[in-house]
Amino acid sequence: MKFWISAALALVLAGIAAATISNEYFFFAAYVVLQAVILATAWNILGGYAGYVNFGTGAFFGVGAYTGVLLIKSLGLPLGLQIAAAAAMGGILGFGIGLLTLRLRGIFFSIATVAIAIILETLVLNVRYLGGATGMQILRPEVTPPFDSYIKMLFVIGVLLAVIAVAIARYIEISWLGRGLRAIRDSEEAAECSGVPTLKLKLLACTVSGALMSAAGAPLAMYQSFVEPASSFSLNYSVNALAMPIIGGMAHWIGPVLGAVLLGTIQQLVTVTISSELNVLVVGVLLVFFVVAAPEGIVGLAGKLWARFSR
Amino acid sequence: MGTLLQVKAVSKHFGGFTALDQVSVDIAEGERFGLIGPNGSGKTTLINCVSGSLRNESGSIVFAGEEVSRLAAYQRTRRGIARSFQIPRPFRTMTLLENLLVPSAYVVHMKDAEGEVQAMDLLRKMGLADKAHSRSNTLSQVELRKLELARAMAARPKLLISDEAMAGLSGTEVEEMLKILFALNESGITIIMIEHIMQAVMRFSQRIVCLDAGKIICEGTPTSIVQNPDVQKAYLGA
Amino acid sequence: MNFALDLLPEAVLFGLLLGCFYAAVSVGLSVSFGLLDVPHLAHPAFMVLGSYCTWVLGMRFGLDPIVAGVVLMPLFFAFGIAVYRFYYETFEKRGTDVGVRGLAFFFGVAFIVEVGLILVFGVDQRMVEARYIGKSWEWGEIRVPMRMIVAFATALVLTSLLALYLSKTFTGRAIKAVAQDEAALRLMGVNPVRIKQWAFGIATAVTAAAGAMLIVVGPVEPSLDRVYIGRTFCVVVLAGLGSMSGTLIAGLILGISESIVLTFFGASWAPAVAFGLLLIVLGVRPQGLFGR
Repeated sequence: MKFWISAALALVLAGIAAATISNEYFFFAAYVVLQAVILATAWNILGGYAGYVNFGTGAFFGVGAYTGVLLIKSLGLPLGLQIAAAAAMGGILGFGIGLLTLRLRGIFFSIATVAIAIILETLVLNVRYLGGATGMQILRPEVTPPFDSYIKMLFVIGVLLAVIAVAIARYIEISWLGRGLRAIRDSEEAAECSGVPTLKLKLLACTVSGALMSAAGAPLAMYQSFVEPASSFSLNYSVNALAMPIIGGMAHWIGPVLGAVLLGTIQQLVTVTISSELNVLVVGVLLVFFVVAAPEGIVGLAGKLWARFSR
Repeated sequence: MGTLLQVKAVSKHFGGFTALDQVSVDIAEGERFGLIGPNGSGKTTLINCVSGSLRNESGSIVFAGEEVSRLAAYQRTRRGIARSFQIPRPFRTMTLLENLLVPSAYVVHMKDAEGEVQAMDLLRKMGLADKAHSRSNTLSQVELRKLELARAMAARPKLLISDEAMAGLSGTEVEEMLKILFALNESGITIIMIEHIMQAVMRFSQRIVCLDAGKIICEGTPTSIVQNPDVQKAYLGA
Repeated sequence: MNFALDLLPEAVLFGLLLGCFYAAVSVGLSVSFGLLDVPHLAHPAFMVLGSYCTWVLGMRFGLDPIVAGVVLMPLFFAFGIAVYRFYYETFEKRGTDVGVRGLAFFFGVAFIVEVGLILVFGVDQRMVEARYIGKSWEWGEIRVPMRMIVAFATALVLTSLLALYLSKTFTGRAIKAVAQDEAALRLMGVNPVRIKQWAFGIATAVTAAAGAMLIVVGPVEPSLDRVYIGRTFCVVVLAGLGSMSGTLIAGLILGISESIVLTFFGASWAPAVAFGLLLIVLGVRPQGLFGR
């Protein structure tokens, strides 16, 4: 119950922010962070809960972005339907990769995700219909009231999507599904012999994860009015989606949210004040640091501190 | 008592290596069955084929009248085949109680409340009740083995396969495990025991089969097995 | 698309040379991932690092790239030992959760290497100069770039030496043994961890030489490790984990496939070939051609 109250509160706050804050930069930055929250949460459903590492978040995100653009250009569909269609595409892609590789060891799944990322990016670069290297542009359609600017609308939609993503992740985590995934992560062989349909659960997690990642990508064209392969399929999405849950904590749904907000904010600051290359290096270093020294993430560290202080 | 498990001419190869060669054996309901053989003879491979962790290439495996060799391991567990692992594989990030909730939820389809009652009962029988809310990293070797058995039992199996559950344990610890296994058998569960500790297998089993290089070389009562020259040769070399 | 069949022999020949090069580039991964089971996603990154070190040695000291490669080998050997030691102490020993953490670790390391190279050298391509770069060897109608032949020859020497080492020396055979039965090795009085770290060191040293060859074959840039993840893992998986001899055959298959795609469909499709082949292998025959 507490969760749903917080979720409702978040939406209300978002609405208030959209109505009162006038500095547009806040919404641009917030949207980037919200996007990161969705991607990190989606990644964690397969990576944190089940233990299968996806290196190709960028591919799913890019698929969502291109689905969105294609639907605008060909059918002029509204954003809601774009997101739904993108989610469907992402789900199918996740299911496909899963079917191909989830029977094998974890590293093969991970390599397959790298493969898909590069293959899709190469495909998009070479197919003229999809715009090639220059990508595709759109004219943003009219802004619908009650929003008075584009970015405010995207901001609120971002909050909505983030809430939905976190709600789904939380449901999976606390349900019997989550227990099965955790069993798979801890010892897949023992899980299978304890009655857990490991392949089915892994496929489910992979499909849901992929769908959410692509859904996150659908509004991209509206956010920046164009899509092109290099930035849509960028490796940075993949690194961030991996680093944020690891830094935040993979065992609990709040980990990816924490990691995304923290890392996302740091990145916004570093990119603006220092350089974007250094920003990327910071992510890499933090990732390795947490993997080595604090594998349970910030949530884990907080838990340990709490245990120590409450004695 | 009918036949619970029929292994018919099961073969398994790994590349050029023959792990199991036309192995056939029947196990009766309620039986205490021992499986022995030197290292590499194929005991664990046979068990893996029965439980579903591996697929046999030829032959058939019939459990409770149903052909199961094409089924995935989780489906076989749901039909009543449970096993423990030679090297214990607890779910490390879960408490002991949660470990047992996995099979109770996925095999017996119990809600957590019911599952917890069953789990506590099992843990009490194993002497692990006081650690129910701890993780498995606090357990000793023998406690880990008991957890393996408890988790297998949480699936309410008809057949329990104990894979070298007593390896490396002290005399008293072996006694503890034997007591548990006897009690389980008394409650109606068919048990296959793979063991190297001869005195345990001899005391426990009603019938024993000896494997060597993927083939059954001897089958019979414990006394006849011990006297069999082929068995002695297999263990000690020619 | 240009299906002029007279281009085929040259494409195949180029593919054979390229394939042998790919095999040599992947043989380090064959050891570290195929035999030692280390999820070494940073293997191509280390190779690119080797390329840049070769470039620096060429610029600073005028060293021929192959010579530079040989010079780098002992340095990278030590580096490899350090990396394995760290990996083992941090992940393998503890046991829990190796999968996610190990993968994320090497991915992070690869990423750090790539970004580090960008920060130090910039994103532009770097090339080396040598007497054999820029010339071609002609045989009738067929022209083969000299640098490919040099790379091919070096690759052949390197892979043969490694194969000999693994089959003839005690340590080499211990390396192959540790992949199959660590417990047995321990019983023989050999410390498996030291064998594994030695093996990883050798694999990294070979990778340094591969990096030198890489910059001979063509210009390098920091992001080159990405496409080579595809190529090296494709070769290792296609060969079958643990099969050293399979690596050569798998390399040739990849080399010829890429060369044909390059000739008839253009360079922009080439990066996808290795990854596509990898996916096919994973789907159809994941144990590879000669796998355990």
